[in-house]
Amino acid sequence: MPDLQNISITSESDARGSFCPGPLMELIRLVRAGAVGDVLAVLSKDDGSKRDIPTWVAKAGHEFLGMEPFENATRFIVRKAK
Amino acid sequence: MSNKVSIVLFSGTVDKLMAAAILATGAAAMGKDVSIFLTMWGVMAFRKGDWKTNIRISKDFEDQAPAMLRSMSEKKVPGWLENFKSAQEIGNVKIVACGMTMDLFELKLEDLEPVVTDVDGVASFWNQVEDGTALFL
Repeated sequence: MPDLQNISITSESDARGSFCPGPLMELIRLVRAGAVGDVLAVLSKDDGSKRDIPTWVAKAGHEFLGMEPFENATRFIVRKAK
Repeated sequence: MSNKVSIVLFSGTVDKLMAAAILATGAAAMGKDVSIFLTMWGVMAFRKGDWKTNIRISKDFEDQAPAMLRSMSEKKVPGWLENFKSAQEIGNVKIVACGMTMDLFELKLEDLEPVVTDVDGVASFWNQVEDGTALFL
């Protein structure tokens, strides 16, 4: 797993007020709008995200860089691979 | 394994519409082709603008309706129709209305929300299910 502290995030969406499957939707929108190589992040308070986001990233063929606690939520970090 | 999920949406109560919309969104996110067949109260719930006044929830949990609707509004949970729109935005989600229900209530396709793109027959619906999963809500 890469060192998350040294990764610079291209674009981030704060989906802490959003409910399942909102945070995943936010991430999908960011990935679609981004360019290959972009590092995209989403903040989520939804427990389902911890399973949903890595599963979607693997299925969609992108790179899951990891997750970290942030304030009262979790930050999910993904690199757009294609 | 089939990449198709089909949902027969018979109910028009907010709780089941929510469940159907969220299941459809997740399936679409995972790259599945989703087909939703609206019938009876499912069709009625998709009449243009009906969502604004629909506060029905399942009869067996009707005592919970005020609490659920209050919580949804306080927490700004996106409505079921909005969820269906997001599902269509990210994936292949087709929503069709049962022809028999349309006849019964004298509805035309243009009387329904634009997320509904076609009127279909039950045999044609089952034909497209093929070997995929079909759910009834």
